[in-house]
Amino acid sequence: MRHGKYPFIIGFLAVPVALYAVFVVAAYVQTFQLAFTSWSGFGVIKYVGFENFEKLWNDDLFWKSLRHNGFLLLLLPIATIAIALVFAFLLNVGGGTKGGMTRGVRGSKLYRVIFFFPQLMALAIVAVIFGRVFSSDKSGMLNGLFPDSWQPWLFLADDRWALTCILVVLVWQAVGFYVVLFSAGMGSIGEEIYEAAALDGATKVTLFFRITLPLLWNTIQTGWVYLGIAAFDAFALVNIMTVDRGGPDGATSVLAMMIYRNTFEYSQVGYASALGVVLFFLTLTFAALTLRVTRRDAV
Amino acid sequence: MSNVTTMDAPVKVSAPQEKTRRELKAFNGLAHLALIFWAVVTAGPLLWVVLASFKSNTEIFLGEPFALPSTFSLETYLSAWDQAHIGRYFLNSVFVVLVSTAGTMLFGSMAAYVLARYSFVGNRIVYYLFVSGLAFPTFMALGPLFHILKNMGLLNTYHGLIMVYIAYSLPFTIFFLAAFFKTLPHEIDEAATVDGASHTRKFFQIMMPMAKSGLVSITIFNIVGQWNQYLLPLVIMQGQGADQKWVLTQGIANISTQAGYHAEWSTLFAALTLSIIPMIVVYAIFQRQIQAGLTAGAVK
Repeated sequence: MRHGKYPFIIGFLAVPVALYAVFVVAAYVQTFQLAFTSWSGFGVIKYVGFENFEKLWNDDLFWKSLRHNGFLLLLLPIATIAIALVFAFLLNVGGGTKGGMTRGVRGSKLYRVIFFFPQLMALAIVAVIFGRVFSSDKSGMLNGLFPDSWQPWLFLADDRWALTCILVVLVWQAVGFYVVLFSAGMGSIGEEIYEAAALDGATKVTLFFRITLPLLWNTIQTGWVYLGIAAFDAFALVNIMTVDRGGPDGATSVLAMMIYRNTFEYSQVGYASALGVVLFFLTLTFAALTLRVTRRDAV
Repeated sequence: MSNVTTMDAPVKVSAPQEKTRRELKAFNGLAHLALIFWAVVTAGPLLWVVLASFKSNTEIFLGEPFALPSTFSLETYLSAWDQAHIGRYFLNSVFVVLVSTAGTMLFGSMAAYVLARYSFVGNRIVYYLFVSGLAFPTFMALGPLFHILKNMGLLNTYHGLIMVYIAYSLPFTIFFLAAFFKTLPHEIDEAATVDGASHTRKFFQIMMPMAKSGLVSITIFNIVGQWNQYLLPLVIMQGQGADQKWVLTQGIANISTQAGYHAEWSTLFAALTLSIIPMIVVYAIFQRQIQAGLTAGAVK
Protein backbone atom coordinates (compact mmCIF):
# COMPACT_ATOMS: atom_id res chain seq x y z
CA MET A 1 0.00 0.00 0.00
CA ARG A 2 3.00 2.30 -0.18
CA HIS A 3 1.86 3.22 -3.65
CA GLY A 4 1.98 6.94 -4.26
CA LYS A 5 3.96 7.76 -1.14
CA TYR A 6 6.44 10.10 -2.74
CA PRO A 7 3.96 12.19 -4.74
CA PHE A 8 2.00 12.60 -1.52
CA ILE A 9 5.06 13.62 0.51
CA ILE A 10 6.18 16.10 -2.10
CA GLY A 11 2.67 17.46 -2.46
CA PHE A 12 2.40 18.08 1.27
CA LEU A 13 5.84 19.59 1.68
CA ALA A 14 6.05 21.74 -1.43
CA VAL A 15 4.19 24.86 -0.29
CA PRO A 16 5.53 25.08 3.29
CA VAL A 17 9.10 24.42 2.20
CA ALA A 18 8.85 26.96 -0.63
CA LEU A 19 7.44 29.69 1.65
CA TYR A 20 10.02 28.97 4.30
CA ALA A 21 12.92 28.85 1.85
CA VAL A 22 12.02 32.11 0.13
CA PHE A 23 11.10 34.30 3.09
CA VAL A 24 13.08 32.85 5.99
CA VAL A 25 16.07 30.79 4.85
CA ALA A 26 17.00 33.12 2.00
CA ALA A 27 16.70 36.18 4.25
CA TYR A 28 18.98 34.69 6.92
CA VAL A 29 21.51 33.42 4.39
CA GLN A 30 21.64 36.84 2.75
CA THR A 31 22.19 38.48 6.12
CA PHE A 32 25.38 36.47 6.57
CA GLN A 33 26.42 37.32 3.02
CA LEU A 34 25.62 41.04 3.19
CA ALA A 35 27.49 41.40 6.47
CA PHE A 36 30.67 41.36 4.38
CA THR A 37 29.50 44.03 1.93
CA SER A 38 29.02 47.77 1.96
CA TRP A 39 25.61 47.51 0.31
CA SER A 40 23.34 50.48 0.87
CA GLY A 41 20.18 48.80 -0.32
CA PHE A 42 20.57 50.06 -3.88
CA GLY A 43 23.02 49.47 -6.71
CA VAL A 44 25.91 47.07 -6.88
CA ILE A 45 27.01 44.90 -4.02
CA LYS A 46 30.66 45.38 -3.08
CA TYR A 47 32.47 42.98 -0.79
CA VAL A 48 34.57 44.65 1.87
CA GLY A 49 35.78 41.74 3.98
CA PHE A 50 35.59 42.35 7.70
CA GLU A 51 35.29 46.12 7.41
CA ASN A 52 31.79 46.22 8.90
CA PHE A 53 32.94 44.29 11.93
CA GLU A 54 35.90 46.62 12.42
CA LYS A 55 33.59 49.60 12.20
CA LEU A 56 31.31 47.95 14.68
CA TRP A 57 34.17 47.39 17.10
CA ASN A 58 34.87 51.11 17.08
CA ASP A 59 31.24 52.21 17.21
CA ASP A 60 30.40 53.65 20.63
CA LEU A 61 26.68 53.31 20.01
CA PHE A 62 27.16 49.58 19.40
CA TRP A 63 28.85 49.06 22.75
CA LYS A 64 26.27 51.22 24.44
CA SER A 65 23.42 49.24 22.86
CA LEU A 66 25.13 46.01 23.80
CA ARG A 67 25.38 47.16 27.42
CA HIS A 68 21.67 48.03 27.38
CA ASN A 69 20.78 44.58 26.01
CA GLY A 70 23.06 43.12 28.70
CA PHE A 71 21.27 45.10 31.39
CA LEU A 72 17.91 43.76 30.22
CA LEU A 73 19.34 40.26 29.76
CA LEU A 74 20.49 40.18 33.35
CA LEU A 75 17.59 41.85 35.10
CA LEU A 76 14.52 40.87 33.06
CA PRO A 77 14.75 37.12 33.81
CA ILE A 78 15.77 37.62 37.44
CA ALA A 79 13.03 40.11 38.26
CA THR A 80 10.29 38.34 36.31
CA ILE A 81 11.06 34.86 37.58
CA ALA A 82 11.48 35.98 41.20
CA ILE A 83 8.18 37.86 41.24
CA ALA A 84 6.34 35.13 39.33
CA LEU A 85 7.66 32.38 41.61
CA VAL A 86 6.51 34.20 44.72
CA PHE A 87 3.02 34.79 43.34
CA ALA A 88 2.70 31.29 41.94
CA PHE A 89 3.73 29.90 45.32
CA LEU A 90 1.22 32.11 47.15
CA LEU A 91 -1.52 31.10 44.75
CA ASN A 92 -0.85 27.39 44.98
CA VAL A 93 0.55 26.64 48.39
CA GLY A 94 -0.03 29.89 50.24
CA GLY A 95 -3.37 28.91 51.72
CA GLY A 96 -1.75 26.75 54.32
CA THR A 97 -2.56 23.22 55.32
CA LYS A 98 -5.90 21.87 56.17
CA GLY A 99 -6.02 18.33 57.36
CA GLY A 100 -2.50 17.93 56.08
CA MET A 101 -3.45 19.20 52.64
CA THR A 102 -1.80 22.26 51.17
CA ARG A 103 -3.96 24.58 49.19
CA GLY A 104 -3.93 27.93 47.45
CA VAL A 105 -5.32 31.18 48.76
CA ARG A 106 -8.91 32.06 48.13
CA GLY A 107 -9.63 33.63 44.74
CA SER A 108 -6.45 32.23 43.26
CA LYS A 109 -8.18 31.60 39.97
CA LEU A 110 -9.31 35.21 39.61
CA TYR A 111 -5.82 36.50 40.39
CA ARG A 112 -4.37 34.23 37.76
CA VAL A 113 -6.84 35.47 35.14
CA ILE A 114 -6.01 39.11 35.85
CA PHE A 115 -2.25 38.59 36.03
CA PHE A 116 -2.18 36.78 32.70
CA PHE A 117 -4.00 39.39 30.64
CA PRO A 118 -1.04 41.67 29.73
CA GLN A 119 0.57 38.72 27.99
CA LEU A 120 -2.23 38.80 25.43
CA MET A 121 -1.63 42.41 24.51
CA ALA A 122 0.69 43.38 21.70
CA LEU A 123 3.97 44.79 22.93
CA ALA A 124 3.34 47.70 20.58
CA ILE A 125 0.08 48.58 22.34
CA VAL A 126 1.65 48.10 25.76
CA ALA A 127 4.37 50.50 24.63
CA VAL A 128 1.84 53.15 23.64
CA ILE A 129 0.04 52.82 26.98
CA PHE A 130 3.20 53.03 29.05
CA GLY A 131 4.51 55.90 26.97
CA ARG A 132 1.57 57.82 28.48
CA VAL A 133 1.81 56.22 31.94
CA PHE A 134 5.39 57.50 32.17
CA SER A 135 4.62 60.90 30.67
CA SER A 136 6.84 63.52 32.24
CA ASP A 137 4.02 65.97 32.98
CA LYS A 138 0.80 65.81 34.94
CA SER A 139 -0.97 63.96 32.11
CA GLY A 140 1.03 60.83 32.92
CA MET A 141 -0.59 58.28 35.20
CA LEU A 142 2.32 58.15 37.62
CA ASN A 143 3.01 61.86 37.76
CA GLY A 144 -0.72 62.40 38.11
CA LEU A 145 -0.75 60.11 41.14
CA PHE A 146 2.18 61.85 42.80
CA PRO A 147 1.36 64.71 45.17
CA ASP A 148 1.14 68.15 43.61
CA SER A 149 4.07 69.39 45.66
CA TRP A 150 6.47 67.03 43.87
CA GLN A 151 8.46 67.99 40.83
CA PRO A 152 7.20 65.81 37.98
CA TRP A 153 9.48 62.86 37.38
CA LEU A 154 11.00 62.73 33.94
CA PHE A 155 10.96 58.94 33.55
CA LEU A 156 11.65 58.27 29.86
CA ALA A 157 13.11 61.71 29.34
CA ASP A 158 15.75 61.10 32.00
CA ASP A 159 18.73 59.30 30.52
CA ARG A 160 19.51 57.67 33.88
CA TRP A 161 16.10 56.04 34.26
CA ALA A 162 14.76 55.59 30.75
CA LEU A 163 16.12 52.06 30.38
CA THR A 164 14.75 51.08 33.77
CA CYS A 165 11.31 52.19 32.57
CA ILE A 166 11.68 49.78 29.64
CA LEU A 167 12.64 47.01 32.03
CA VAL A 168 9.64 47.74 34.26
CA VAL A 169 7.26 47.49 31.30
CA LEU A 170 8.77 44.20 30.15
CA VAL A 171 8.46 42.76 33.64
CA TRP A 172 4.91 44.08 33.96
CA GLN A 173 3.91 42.25 30.83
CA ALA A 174 5.76 39.00 31.47
CA VAL A 175 5.01 38.21 35.12
CA GLY A 176 1.49 36.86 34.59
CA PHE A 177 2.61 34.38 31.96
CA TYR A 178 5.21 32.92 34.28
CA VAL A 179 2.79 32.84 37.20
CA VAL A 180 0.54 30.62 35.09
CA LEU A 181 3.46 28.56 33.82
CA PHE A 182 4.91 27.99 37.28
CA SER A 183 1.46 27.33 38.70
CA ALA A 184 1.01 24.54 36.20
CA GLY A 185 4.40 23.17 37.24
CA MET A 186 3.57 23.40 40.92
CA GLY A 187 0.25 21.71 40.30
CA SER A 188 2.07 18.68 39.02
CA ILE A 189 4.13 18.37 42.19
CA GLY A 190 2.46 15.65 44.19
CA GLU A 191 0.39 16.65 47.20
CA GLU A 192 1.96 13.88 49.22
CA ILE A 193 5.38 15.52 49.01
CA TYR A 194 4.10 18.73 50.61
CA GLU A 195 2.07 16.70 53.02
CA ALA A 196 5.06 14.70 54.16
CA ALA A 197 7.18 17.80 54.53
CA ALA A 198 4.47 19.61 56.44
CA LEU A 199 4.15 16.66 58.82
CA ASP A 200 7.88 16.87 59.41
CA GLY A 201 7.32 20.46 60.49
CA ALA A 202 8.68 22.24 57.43
CA THR A 203 7.82 25.94 57.25
CA LYS A 204 6.52 27.71 54.17
CA VAL A 205 9.95 29.06 53.41
CA THR A 206 11.49 25.60 53.65
CA LEU A 207 8.76 24.18 51.45
CA PHE A 208 9.52 26.81 48.84
CA PHE A 209 13.28 26.41 48.75
CA ARG A 210 13.57 22.69 49.35
CA ILE A 211 10.64 21.32 47.38
CA THR A 212 9.03 23.80 45.00
CA LEU A 213 12.16 25.37 43.59
CA PRO A 214 14.14 22.18 42.81
CA LEU A 215 11.13 20.44 41.30
CA LEU A 216 10.36 23.42 39.10
CA TRP A 217 13.92 23.82 37.90
CA ASN A 218 13.33 22.71 34.29
CA THR A 219 10.42 25.09 33.84
CA ILE A 220 12.43 27.95 35.32
CA GLN A 221 15.28 27.19 32.97
CA THR A 222 12.97 27.34 29.93
CA GLY A 223 11.53 30.60 31.21
CA TRP A 224 15.02 32.01 31.59
CA VAL A 225 15.84 31.31 27.95
CA TYR A 226 12.55 32.83 26.72
CA LEU A 227 13.01 35.98 28.78
CA GLY A 228 16.61 36.30 27.67
CA ILE A 229 15.53 36.16 24.04
CA ALA A 230 12.92 38.84 24.77
CA ALA A 231 15.68 40.96 26.32
CA PHE A 232 17.60 40.81 23.03
CA ASP A 233 14.56 42.25 21.26
CA ALA A 234 12.70 45.09 23.05
CA PHE A 235 12.37 46.79 19.66
CA ALA A 236 8.69 47.69 19.90
CA LEU A 237 9.14 49.37 23.28
CA VAL A 238 12.20 51.35 22.26
CA ASN A 239 10.74 52.34 18.90
CA ILE A 240 7.39 53.51 20.27
CA MET A 241 7.96 54.57 23.87
CA THR A 242 11.29 56.29 24.10
CA VAL A 243 12.38 59.82 23.35
CA ASP A 244 13.88 60.04 19.84
CA ARG A 245 13.55 56.25 19.48
CA GLY A 246 16.52 55.06 21.47
CA GLY A 247 17.15 58.25 23.38
CA PRO A 248 17.50 60.48 25.20
CA ASP A 249 21.01 60.61 23.82
CA GLY A 250 21.19 56.88 23.07
CA ALA A 251 20.22 55.97 26.63
CA THR A 252 17.77 53.29 25.49
CA SER A 253 19.37 52.22 22.23
CA VAL A 254 19.37 48.45 21.74
CA LEU A 255 20.78 46.26 18.98
CA ALA A 256 17.39 45.68 17.34
CA MET A 257 16.84 49.44 17.10
CA MET A 258 20.28 49.89 15.53
CA ILE A 259 19.55 47.20 12.95
CA TYR A 260 16.23 48.82 12.04
CA ARG A 261 17.68 52.31 11.71
CA ASN A 262 20.71 51.22 9.71
CA THR A 263 18.50 49.24 7.35
CA PHE A 264 15.68 51.71 6.75
CA GLU A 265 16.98 55.12 7.73
CA TYR A 266 20.74 55.24 7.17
CA SER A 267 20.82 52.99 4.05
CA GLN A 268 23.52 50.82 5.61
CA VAL A 269 22.17 47.37 4.90
CA GLY A 270 25.68 45.86 5.01
CA TYR A 271 26.39 47.29 8.43
CA ALA A 272 22.94 46.32 9.70
CA SER A 273 23.59 42.76 8.52
CA ALA A 274 26.87 42.66 10.43
CA LEU A 275 24.95 43.75 13.53
CA GLY A 276 22.44 41.00 12.80
CA VAL A 277 25.18 38.40 12.62
CA VAL A 278 26.61 39.54 15.94
CA LEU A 279 23.17 39.44 17.46
CA PHE A 280 22.61 35.92 16.18
CA PHE A 281 25.79 34.62 17.80
CA LEU A 282 25.02 36.45 21.04
CA THR A 283 21.55 34.89 21.22
CA LEU A 284 22.91 31.44 20.46
CA THR A 285 25.70 31.76 23.03
CA PHE A 286 23.26 32.97 25.63
CA ALA A 287 20.84 30.06 25.07
CA ALA A 288 23.63 27.48 25.09
CA LEU A 289 25.24 28.98 28.19
CA THR A 290 21.99 29.18 30.10
CA LEU A 291 21.13 25.59 29.38
CA ARG A 292 24.64 24.47 30.33
CA VAL A 293 25.32 26.52 33.43
CA THR A 294 21.94 25.92 34.99
CA ARG A 295 21.86 22.22 34.25
CA ARG A 296 21.33 20.10 37.32
CA ASP A 297 20.74 16.48 37.88
CA ALA A 298 17.13 15.55 37.59
CA VAL A 299 15.45 15.52 40.96
CA MET B 1 -7.57 24.97 37.59
CA SER B 2 -6.42 25.49 41.16
CA ASN B 3 -5.08 22.71 43.26
CA VAL B 4 -7.41 23.24 46.13
CA THR B 5 -7.98 19.91 47.70
CA THR B 6 -11.30 19.84 49.36
CA MET B 7 -10.98 16.59 51.23
CA ASP B 8 -11.21 18.15 54.67
CA ALA B 9 -10.13 15.45 57.01
CA PRO B 10 -11.43 16.08 60.48
CA VAL B 11 -8.56 17.27 62.59
CA LYS B 12 -8.60 18.05 66.27
CA VAL B 13 -7.06 21.45 66.96
CA SER B 14 -4.67 21.22 69.84
CA ALA B 15 -2.73 23.95 71.63
CA PRO B 16 0.45 24.04 69.49
CA GLN B 17 -1.64 24.02 66.36
CA GLU B 18 -3.44 27.08 67.65
CA LYS B 19 -0.20 29.00 67.31
CA THR B 20 0.49 27.82 63.79
CA ARG B 21 -3.04 28.78 62.90
CA ARG B 22 -2.45 32.33 63.98
CA GLU B 23 0.80 32.43 62.02
CA LEU B 24 -1.07 31.07 59.07
CA LYS B 25 -3.65 33.80 59.26
CA ALA B 26 -0.95 36.45 59.25
CA PHE B 27 0.75 34.77 56.32
CA ASN B 28 -2.53 34.53 54.47
CA GLY B 29 -3.22 38.21 55.02
CA LEU B 30 0.16 39.17 53.67
CA ALA B 31 -0.29 36.85 50.73
CA HIS B 32 -3.57 38.52 49.81
CA LEU B 33 -2.04 41.94 50.21
CA ALA B 34 0.75 41.08 47.80
CA LEU B 35 -1.64 39.52 45.30
CA ILE B 36 -4.05 42.45 45.42
CA PHE B 37 -1.13 44.80 44.95
CA TRP B 38 -0.09 43.05 41.74
CA ALA B 39 -3.68 42.84 40.50
CA VAL B 40 -3.92 46.63 40.91
CA VAL B 41 -0.57 47.14 39.18
CA THR B 42 -1.79 44.99 36.29
CA ALA B 43 -5.27 46.39 35.89
CA GLY B 44 -4.51 50.00 36.92
CA PRO B 45 -2.96 51.26 33.68
CA LEU B 46 -5.76 49.64 31.64
CA LEU B 47 -8.47 51.19 33.78
CA TRP B 48 -6.70 54.51 33.53
CA VAL B 49 -6.70 54.28 29.73
CA VAL B 50 -10.45 53.68 29.69
CA LEU B 51 -11.13 56.60 32.06
CA ALA B 52 -8.87 58.96 30.12
CA SER B 53 -10.65 58.11 26.87
CA PHE B 54 -13.70 60.02 28.12
CA LYS B 55 -11.78 63.04 29.33
CA SER B 56 -10.95 66.26 27.56
CA ASN B 57 -7.34 67.28 27.12
CA THR B 58 -7.66 69.77 29.96
CA GLU B 59 -8.95 67.11 32.28
CA ILE B 60 -6.14 64.76 31.33
CA PHE B 61 -3.55 67.38 32.17
CA LEU B 62 -5.24 68.18 35.48
CA GLY B 63 -3.66 65.19 37.18
CA GLU B 64 -5.92 62.99 39.32
CA PRO B 65 -5.63 60.13 36.84
CA PHE B 66 -8.33 58.00 38.42
CA ALA B 67 -10.93 60.72 38.82
CA LEU B 68 -14.11 60.11 36.87
CA PRO B 69 -14.55 62.19 33.72
CA SER B 70 -16.85 65.21 34.10
CA THR B 71 -19.02 64.18 31.18
CA PHE B 72 -19.46 60.92 29.37
CA SER B 73 -19.55 61.24 25.64
CA LEU B 74 -18.63 58.85 22.90
CA GLU B 75 -17.28 61.61 20.70
CA THR B 76 -13.68 60.58 21.20
CA TYR B 77 -14.61 57.08 20.12
CA LEU B 78 -16.24 58.32 16.95
CA SER B 79 -13.16 60.32 16.09
CA ALA B 80 -10.91 57.35 16.86
CA TRP B 81 -13.04 55.13 14.65
CA ASP B 82 -13.41 57.59 11.74
CA GLN B 83 -10.59 60.08 11.65
CA ALA B 84 -7.94 57.88 13.20
CA HIS B 85 -9.18 54.90 11.15
CA ILE B 86 -9.14 52.46 14.06
CA GLY B 87 -12.06 50.63 12.50
CA ARG B 88 -10.17 50.11 9.30
CA TYR B 89 -6.98 48.96 11.04
CA PHE B 90 -8.97 46.62 13.21
CA LEU B 91 -10.62 44.97 10.21
CA ASN B 92 -7.30 44.82 8.37
CA SER B 93 -5.83 42.93 11.33
CA VAL B 94 -8.80 40.58 11.47
CA PHE B 95 -8.52 39.80 7.77
CA VAL B 96 -4.76 39.26 7.76
CA VAL B 97 -4.74 37.13 10.90
CA LEU B 98 -7.70 35.00 9.76
CA VAL B 99 -6.06 34.12 6.47
CA SER B 100 -2.54 33.75 7.78
CA THR B 101 -3.46 31.62 10.78
CA ALA B 102 -5.57 29.37 8.56
CA GLY B 103 -2.64 29.11 6.15
CA THR B 104 -0.15 28.48 8.95
CA MET B 105 -2.27 25.70 10.39
CA LEU B 106 -2.92 24.05 7.02
CA PHE B 107 0.65 24.12 5.75
CA GLY B 108 2.20 23.67 9.18
CA SER B 109 0.19 20.56 10.00
CA MET B 110 0.72 19.11 6.52
CA ALA B 111 4.48 19.45 6.81
CA ALA B 112 4.54 18.32 10.45
CA TYR B 113 2.48 15.25 9.63
CA VAL B 114 4.68 14.14 6.75
CA LEU B 115 7.85 14.80 8.73
CA ALA B 116 6.58 13.00 11.81
CA ARG B 117 5.09 9.88 10.25
CA TYR B 118 6.77 9.14 6.93
CA SER B 119 10.35 8.05 6.46
CA PHE B 120 11.98 9.31 3.29
CA VAL B 121 15.34 10.54 2.14
CA GLY B 122 15.96 14.03 3.47
CA ASN B 123 13.28 13.89 6.14
CA ARG B 124 15.65 14.89 8.95
CA ILE B 125 17.27 17.62 6.87
CA VAL B 126 13.92 19.28 6.14
CA TYR B 127 12.83 18.89 9.77
CA TYR B 128 15.98 20.46 11.19
CA LEU B 129 15.86 23.20 8.58
CA PHE B 130 12.46 24.20 9.92
CA VAL B 131 13.30 23.80 13.59
CA SER B 132 16.57 25.71 13.34
CA GLY B 133 14.43 28.73 12.44
CA LEU B 134 13.59 28.93 16.14
CA ALA B 135 17.17 29.93 16.93
CA PHE B 136 17.21 33.01 14.69
CA PRO B 137 15.91 36.36 15.92
CA THR B 138 13.45 37.71 13.32
CA PHE B 139 14.83 41.23 13.27
CA MET B 140 18.38 40.23 12.32
CA ALA B 141 17.28 39.75 8.68
CA LEU B 142 15.08 42.84 8.20
CA GLY B 143 17.03 44.27 5.27
CA PRO B 144 17.21 41.10 3.18
CA LEU B 145 13.55 40.33 3.92
CA PHE B 146 12.54 43.78 2.73
CA HIS B 147 14.49 43.41 -0.51
CA ILE B 148 13.19 39.91 -1.21
CA LEU B 149 9.65 41.26 -0.98
CA LYS B 150 10.53 44.31 -3.00
CA ASN B 151 12.00 42.23 -5.83
CA MET B 152 8.91 40.05 -5.90
CA GLY B 153 6.61 43.07 -5.92
CA LEU B 154 5.08 42.00 -2.61
CA LEU B 155 5.79 45.09 -0.56
CA ASN B 156 2.70 46.78 0.81
CA THR B 157 0.41 43.90 -0.18
CA TYR B 158 -1.73 41.73 2.05
CA HIS B 159 -0.68 38.52 0.34
CA GLY B 160 2.96 39.44 0.91
CA LEU B 161 2.35 40.08 4.58
CA ILE B 162 0.30 36.91 4.93
CA MET B 163 2.94 34.74 3.28
CA VAL B 164 5.63 36.20 5.53
CA TYR B 165 3.48 35.61 8.62
CA ILE B 166 2.99 31.99 7.57
CA ALA B 167 6.68 31.46 6.80
CA TYR B 168 7.83 32.88 10.14
CA SER B 169 5.20 30.90 12.09
CA LEU B 170 6.15 27.57 10.53
CA PRO B 171 9.18 26.65 12.69
CA PHE B 172 7.32 26.61 15.97
CA THR B 173 4.13 25.19 14.48
CA ILE B 174 5.99 22.31 12.86
CA PHE B 175 8.18 21.70 15.90
CA PHE B 176 5.14 21.46 18.15
CA LEU B 177 2.82 19.53 15.83
CA ALA B 178 5.45 17.02 14.67
CA ALA B 179 5.97 16.01 18.29
CA PHE B 180 2.20 15.76 18.61
CA PHE B 181 1.62 13.65 15.49
CA LYS B 182 4.35 11.27 16.65
CA THR B 183 2.39 10.37 19.77
CA LEU B 184 -0.75 9.35 17.86
CA PRO B 185 -1.28 5.56 17.72
CA HIS B 186 -0.26 3.66 14.60
CA GLU B 187 -3.00 1.03 14.73
CA ILE B 188 -5.76 3.27 13.38
CA ASP B 189 -3.41 4.53 10.74
CA GLU B 190 -2.70 0.98 9.58
CA ALA B 191 -6.34 -0.04 9.69
CA ALA B 192 -7.25 2.89 7.45
CA THR B 193 -4.50 1.90 5.01
CA VAL B 194 -5.83 -1.66 4.88
CA ASP B 195 -9.30 -0.27 4.18
CA GLY B 196 -7.82 1.51 1.21
CA ALA B 197 -7.81 5.11 2.41
CA SER B 198 -5.45 7.34 0.48
CA HIS B 199 -2.68 9.22 2.30
CA THR B 200 -4.43 12.53 1.82
CA ARG B 201 -7.74 11.22 3.06
CA LYS B 202 -6.10 9.63 6.07
CA PHE B 203 -4.58 12.97 6.98
CA PHE B 204 -7.75 15.03 6.70
CA GLN B 205 -10.28 12.52 8.00
CA ILE B 206 -8.37 10.55 10.60
CA MET B 207 -5.24 12.32 11.74
CA MET B 208 -6.51 15.89 11.92
CA PRO B 209 -9.50 15.00 14.13
CA MET B 210 -7.24 12.91 16.37
CA ALA B 211 -4.80 15.79 16.77
CA LYS B 212 -7.54 18.26 17.67
CA SER B 213 -6.26 19.27 21.10
CA GLY B 214 -2.79 20.03 19.80
CA LEU B 215 -4.19 21.90 16.83
CA VAL B 216 -6.37 24.07 19.07
CA SER B 217 -3.43 25.06 21.31
CA ILE B 218 -1.18 25.96 18.46
CA THR B 219 -3.94 27.80 16.60
CA ILE B 220 -4.48 30.04 19.61
CA PHE B 221 -0.75 30.52 19.92
CA ASN B 222 -0.53 31.63 16.27
CA ILE B 223 -3.60 33.88 16.40
CA VAL B 224 -2.22 35.77 19.38
CA GLY B 225 1.28 35.92 17.97
CA GLN B 226 0.19 37.17 14.55
CA TRP B 227 -2.39 39.60 15.93
CA ASN B 228 0.32 41.17 18.07
CA GLN B 229 2.97 41.30 15.36
CA TYR B 230 4.44 44.77 14.92
CA LEU B 231 7.89 44.43 13.39
CA LEU B 232 6.93 42.50 10.25
CA PRO B 233 4.05 44.78 9.19
CA LEU B 234 6.25 47.78 9.93
CA VAL B 235 8.82 46.44 7.47
CA ILE B 236 6.39 45.22 4.81
CA MET B 237 3.50 47.69 4.83
CA GLN B 238 5.37 50.80 3.74
CA GLY B 239 5.25 52.86 0.59
CA GLN B 240 2.53 54.82 -1.12
CA GLY B 241 -0.92 54.43 0.37
CA ALA B 242 0.39 52.03 2.96
CA ASP B 243 -1.47 53.78 5.76
CA GLN B 244 -4.71 52.44 4.30
CA LYS B 245 -3.46 48.89 4.77
CA TRP B 246 -1.85 49.08 8.19
CA VAL B 247 -2.71 46.56 10.84
CA LEU B 248 -3.91 47.59 14.29
CA THR B 249 -0.55 47.67 16.08
CA GLN B 250 0.91 49.95 13.41
CA GLY B 251 -2.16 52.18 13.41
CA ILE B 252 -2.11 52.65 17.17
CA ALA B 253 1.61 53.34 17.22
CA ASN B 254 1.09 55.95 14.54
CA ILE B 255 -1.81 57.62 16.36
CA SER B 256 0.46 57.81 19.36
CA THR B 257 3.06 59.74 17.36
CA GLN B 258 0.42 61.97 15.77
CA ALA B 259 -1.29 62.66 19.08
CA GLY B 260 1.92 64.26 20.27
CA TYR B 261 1.74 66.85 17.50
CA HIS B 262 -1.96 67.54 17.59
CA ALA B 263 -2.46 67.09 21.32
CA GLU B 264 -5.38 64.74 20.80
CA TRP B 265 -4.68 62.49 23.69
CA SER B 266 -8.26 61.43 24.33
CA THR B 267 -8.51 60.09 20.77
CA LEU B 268 -5.44 57.98 21.45
CA PHE B 269 -6.95 56.66 24.67
CA ALA B 270 -10.21 55.88 22.88
CA ALA B 271 -8.27 54.04 20.18
CA LEU B 272 -6.40 52.08 22.84
CA THR B 273 -9.64 51.20 24.59
CA LEU B 274 -11.16 50.02 21.32
CA SER B 275 -8.19 47.74 20.77
CA ILE B 276 -8.19 46.34 24.32
CA ILE B 277 -11.92 45.70 24.82
CA PRO B 278 -12.28 42.94 22.18
CA MET B 279 -9.28 41.21 23.70
CA ILE B 280 -10.84 41.31 27.15
CA VAL B 281 -14.09 39.90 25.77
CA VAL B 282 -12.35 37.08 23.92
CA TYR B 283 -10.15 36.40 26.92
CA ALA B 284 -13.12 36.29 29.28
CA ILE B 285 -14.74 33.62 27.14
CA PHE B 286 -11.72 31.50 26.26
CA GLN B 287 -9.30 32.20 29.10
CA ARG B 288 -8.63 28.54 29.86
CA GLN B 289 -7.84 27.68 26.27
CA ILE B 290 -5.81 30.83 25.80
CA GLN B 291 -3.69 30.21 28.88
CA ALA B 292 -3.17 26.61 27.80
CA GLY B 293 -2.34 27.61 24.23
CA LEU B 294 0.18 30.27 25.09
CA THR B 295 1.98 28.20 27.71
CA ALA B 296 1.93 25.11 25.49
CA GLY B 297 5.29 25.95 24.01
CA ALA B 298 7.05 26.17 27.33
CA VAL B 299 5.73 22.98 28.91
CA LYS B 300 6.13 20.59 26.05
